[in-house]
Amino acid sequence: MAQLTTQALRALLIEVAGEDDGLDPSADITDLTFEELGYDSLALMELSARIGREYGVEIDDDRLADLTTPRSLLDLVNGSPAEAP
Amino acid sequence: MSRAVVTGIGVIAPNGVGVEDHWAATLSGETGIRTLTGFDVDRYSARLAGQVVDFVAEERVPRRLLPQTDRMTRFALHAMLSAFEDARVDPADVDEYEGGVTLSNSCGGFEFSHRELNKLWGQGPEFVSAYLSFAWFYACNTGQVSIMQGLRGPSAALVAEQAGGLDAIGYARRTLRRGAKLVVTGGVESAFDPWGWTAHLSTGRVSRAADPARAYLPFDAEAGGYVPGEGGAILIVERPEQARERGAPRRYGEIAGYAATFDPRPGSGRPPALRRAAELALADAGLAAADVDAVFADAAASPDLDRAEVEAITGLFGPFAVPVSAPKSLVGRLYAGGAPLDVVAALLAIRDGVLPAVPGGTRVPREYGIDLVVGEPRHVPVRRALVLARGRGGFNSAMVVTAVDH
Repeated sequence: MAQLTTQALRALLIEVAGEDDGLDPSADITDLTFEELGYDSLALMELSARIGREYGVEIDDDRLADLTTPRSLLDLVNGSPAEAP
Repeated sequence: MSRAVVTGIGVIAPNGVGVEDHWAATLSGETGIRTLTGFDVDRYSARLAGQVVDFVAEERVPRRLLPQTDRMTRFALHAMLSAFEDARVDPADVDEYEGGVTLSNSCGGFEFSHRELNKLWGQGPEFVSAYLSFAWFYACNTGQVSIMQGLRGPSAALVAEQAGGLDAIGYARRTLRRGAKLVVTGGVESAFDPWGWTAHLSTGRVSRAADPARAYLPFDAEAGGYVPGEGGAILIVERPEQARERGAPRRYGEIAGYAATFDPRPGSGRPPALRRAAELALADAGLAAADVDAVFADAAASPDLDRAEVEAITGLFGPFAVPVSAPKSLVGRLYAGGAPLDVVAALLAIRDGVLPAVPGGTRVPREYGIDLVVGEPRHVPVRRALVLARGRGGFNSAMVVTAVDH
């Protein structure tokens, strides 16, 4: 399965939950919190459903609630083959 | 006596987006009724609608909110932002618990729901947007406005089909009475995907006419039903002293009286309750029928309902005693958005001293006994207007709108 890049993650986020109009398109969002980026728990559920379909990585809801930044999500998706079905 | 003044207006209408564009179009008789686009409407029994064609959500709706909003909510946010601009209020300056949101809605988010339910049945539950959980909901517009502007005071969503818009504004007035300083009110609607269109047609009262100029003719001898429309209006209402203190640049008028009634059960033999709603609204405003300069009619455009409305009007005012305006004839019936748009028309009629006309060629049976404004707008001073609204299922609402210093 393909690696999820920061760029692809950001594109997915914009697709499923939009993006704050004030955010610089070139800004590095990897270590900002989802809250700072304006994404709530529903936005993350949307994102998790898309990642499940496109990257084959199922993230359970409890685990999802612990993910606070794009980096923590990228680490989970790319770094833990055990999470894959 | 509690008072509420309208200090800001935002309009999305089939014949114009924005208060002044819509009003200019209405006075020049420009119709927003046309063949419905967006899907193949040829297979349906009715094809004409009051569709908003020049709306660009991205102009005003934050990108962040696009994936989670139905068209109706984008209308609401757009009109709400316009209303705040018009009122020259920065919502950030409103104490969060002193600002409320009371909007009406009667259809919910059809387009969004239809798309997501297609995914459910076509692809599977994991493809359905989590935002469907609220995007379809009647209270969604109220909620999204409240969240976006940080208004956490008394708020509500009112549902009473085409009458609900007046109920929302009446409730806003009550909210001011209870201590709020500013309330966002009114309502907008949109349900023009195939599923929503089918729901509209299920009433059996939608016009099947092919000619947009003859499709929706309230009080005409050949009235053959209404044309569904989308859009509506959002108002900012404030307590008069609050508007004065902050130096509000505009006070369009006052919401002076309001009442709602419910029709008796069909077959009971008792009369419909529209007239009673109008009487109660006038009493609430402390006015007599003779004080009213104009009536903005519900304008159902089915002979039985038209007759019931003219009976209410002539029963209250006497025959040919008050000019009756039906600007809906140019945009269709907008469900929860219809009555707020009529309240806007009443406020602008007060401002400009002119009543919008129904299209020329409308022939009102003499025995109706109403003085309908037909063909050309009528220039006449308006200081007090009565707005009537009926909702399918027995809802009646009436509102008295007056000049600020009437």
